[in-house]
Amino acid sequence: MGFSAADWAAISLSLQLAAVTTLILLMTGTPLAWWLARTRSRLKGAVAAIVALPLVLPPTVLGFYLLVAMGPNGPIGGLTQSFGLGTLPFTFSGLVVGSVCYSMPFVVQPLQNAFASIGERPLEMAATLRAGPWDRFLHVVLPLARPGFLSASVLGFAHTLGEFGVVLMIGGNIPGQTRVVSVQIYDHVEALDYGQAHWLAGGMVLFSFLVLLLLYSIPARRGDAGLRFSA
Amino acid sequence: MSSVTNSNAPIIADFSVRLPASSDGAGSESFELRLDESLPASGVTVVFGASGCGKTTFLRALAGLQHIESGYLQVKGETWHDEKSSLPAHRRPIGYVFQEASLFEHLTAAGNLAFARKRAVVPVTEHDMREVIALLGLGDLLRQRPQQLSGGERQRVAIARALLIKPELLLMDEPLAALDQNRKQEILPYLDRIRAELKIPMIYVTHALDEVTRLADHLMILSQGRVRACGPISDVLSRIDVPGLLGEEAGAIVEGRVAERDKEWHLIRVDFEGGKLWLRDGGEAMGQEVRVRTLARDISLSLEVDQASSILNRLPAEVAAIAEDADPAMALVQLVVGEARLVARISRRSVAQLELSPGRPVWAQIKSVAVLH
Repeated sequence: MGFSAADWAAISLSLQLAAVTTLILLMTGTPLAWWLARTRSRLKGAVAAIVALPLVLPPTVLGFYLLVAMGPNGPIGGLTQSFGLGTLPFTFSGLVVGSVCYSMPFVVQPLQNAFASIGERPLEMAATLRAGPWDRFLHVVLPLARPGFLSASVLGFAHTLGEFGVVLMIGGNIPGQTRVVSVQIYDHVEALDYGQAHWLAGGMVLFSFLVLLLLYSIPARRGDAGLRFSA
Repeated sequence: MSSVTNSNAPIIADFSVRLPASSDGAGSESFELRLDESLPASGVTVVFGASGCGKTTFLRALAGLQHIESGYLQVKGETWHDEKSSLPAHRRPIGYVFQEASLFEHLTAAGNLAFARKRAVVPVTEHDMREVIALLGLGDLLRQRPQQLSGGERQRVAIARALLIKPELLLMDEPLAALDQNRKQEILPYLDRIRAELKIPMIYVTHALDEVTRLADHLMILSQGRVRACGPISDVLSRIDVPGLLGEEAGAIVEGRVAERDKEWHLIRVDFEGGKLWLRDGGEAMGQEVRVRTLARDISLSLEVDQASSILNRLPAEVAAIAEDADPAMALVQLVVGEARLVARISRRSVAQLELSPGRPVWAQIKSVAVLH
């Protein structure tokens, strides 16, 4: 036994999806988390709630709306078509869009907690040491928030790997394009091929455990956001 | 923005700052600091007041960390804030030392110093770097992380870091308040050396007047967001026209020189313009210039010299002015002794019984005198 060629294709696709999604989320989630951590705007509550929605919504609901939005008559679909990109459902790019929405809170919240726990003082200190806003962000905030970035990356990556419902809704089940590990496991079970399912499912359990072990074994430090979920 | 830097020009602070009610949780009422003062941009200016008087807010407004609501701020001829624009904190040539030693936790002591050096107002040479490290005795601490340093050591690194910005103005927000007595004594000599060797104008905020009286040239007293008194320190400390200005801390300082040492009785004699004072020998060098503090409550007055008394110091003086103290039983009497001024705090009944009035010669009996360390 062991992994079949199709299993390996699914594993490779899952890893690619998780890597691309995490990268995009770190780039978009950092300014969003910074804004959420520092703003006094009245919109803060609403924005934080929207970011956290995937935590409570069934993935099918999220997947359904994304499918509609990215379809030929949806706003995102219209946009992608006008750029000559076709529509996104049932493509890898579509999965990336879905995963970014789905895993957003797992990246934004650890970052937001990390930024909030830095507090005002190091920034004021840096300002009196003649560091401008970008300088302060790059040389004070980023290094102090490093544990938060680690948490965010690990959680974003692991959560994207474990995604199933959204993928099924918007990606379907196309080998090598949208058939990720979780869908592959579903297929094995549907086909009553429990042996193959065990290999992949067991692999996922082991991988997830190791990732979380890594996360929880890092000694708590100032600025560590860990797995606290709060808006 | 005017860009003419004039080292002789003062700090002109004519502004108000409003803090909303809940900003620090200290009070439920909003707070307003309003002042219109000119401070010398040289020497050490101490800003004194009880907690909540607005002294930290004042310092933060100078640094650009606190939004000024209206008014203007000019430092050495350069406008830092007016109605049209405000220089952001990171463009002001200041060094700032916070109450608790705020070092960057992700950097070593050396890394903290390098952070400042890279961003200094003018380039910091190797020689400057060595000088500052030696001045604050940091040689052995450079490789340590902030968490490994004691409170006093952290504060010394923070002071060195502020100096490496090569500031035109050094702002200190109670840098000793979080330290115990021994640690304070550990830091004070370094502050002395900064004052004497680097000659950077310093504004030093404190609620403990004795802490820095020996360093101060100028004193500004704040209470409830308003300036109660401001001027050269010996003038402000001998003022009696503001009741309750200093409370139990009231008392003048006298500057003099150690002129004689009495080995048998462990005393030294300090001569000042107006007389001599004997005080306990604290190991001061002969000829050393010292500041001596006489608390108003430790001075009593008599019309005749009383030799049969344990009082060591009796000085012929003349009453200059009498004012009511905040305490209805007490009065403050300003005395002229030669060129110096002293303040005595005595009961109002004594003022009446001795028939004290301006111009009347008296003997000032000084129960205790302390050299300011």
